[in-house]
Amino acid sequence: MAFAPPARHLLRAKDLADARYFEPLTVDDLARVAGLSRAHFSRQFRRAFGEAPHSYLLTRRLERAAALLRSTDRSVADICVSVGLQSVGSFTTSFTRTFGLSPTAYRATFPSAATYAHVPACVLRVYGRPQHRTFREDRAAAPV
Amino acid sequence: MFKLATTQLWVHDQDEALQFYTRKLGMEVRADVTLPELGDFRWLTVGPPSQPDVAITLMAIPGPPVMDEHIADQVRDLMAKGFAGAVFLTTDDVQASFEELRGRGVEFTEPPEERPYGIDAGFRDPSGNSFRLTQVREVAPV
Repeated sequence: MAFAPPARHLLRAKDLADARYFEPLTVDDLARVAGLSRAHFSRQFRRAFGEAPHSYLLTRRLERAAALLRSTDRSVADICVSVGLQSVGSFTTSFTRTFGLSPTAYRATFPSAATYAHVPACVLRVYGRPQHRTFREDRAAAPV
Repeated sequence: MFKLATTQLWVHDQDEALQFYTRKLGMEVRADVTLPELGDFRWLTVGPPSQPDVAITLMAIPGPPVMDEHIADQVRDLMAKGFAGAVFLTTDDVQASFEELRGRGVEFTEPPEERPYGIDAGFRDPSGNSFRLTQVREVAPV
């Protein structure tokens, strides 16, 4: 087997947190990928990246949640689940502690997601066009 | 000079496509907005995390009056036959990407194979859109 420096295993765990944050990943899963015991992994991870693995995974999820609050009109509960967190209560607490605002208040400080969406003019033109109606059509459809 | 920003694929079902593009391919949601003023038109875009300024719009096939039934059927027919669109992705390690995506349930139509331009594999999204996944061969400078 080829030699791999220990940090390579830690990086594998970090990459997993970045790539699969939306799954119910835990620090145990990250430790398993790194091939280390949980306690040893947490120490090594913190030494290598300056942050505890739990904190790294959580902030990755919160970063994605903040992006989804800004760029989508999905509910807070839906966003919580879609970044891999199960409890809306804990999500709201962590989010508020990190960003200084609740998810709803955070969203309210930005223009609506539709402003960011840049729905192109061709779509607006086609989807926004009303159906043509005339009085004659109404008369033709009525029973004689 | 202009830059490529967003391109579009037709999809049968936006929710199914969203799951595939995010959960299986690992792309990020860039926008997901439903606009009541446009008859609940849903603008849904995704993109690879490594390219924040590039996105794919996952577009539902509209009904009348935007698209009449005949044309909508033609689009669905082209999709079912695999002629509606294609995306060409590149990767540094096609074998690793192939195994990772296959592990997440992506059904490959072609495993990685040597080509003159590199090694590439092929798969489809749930709507039948074709994807190539290529590890481009590095050409030594002349």
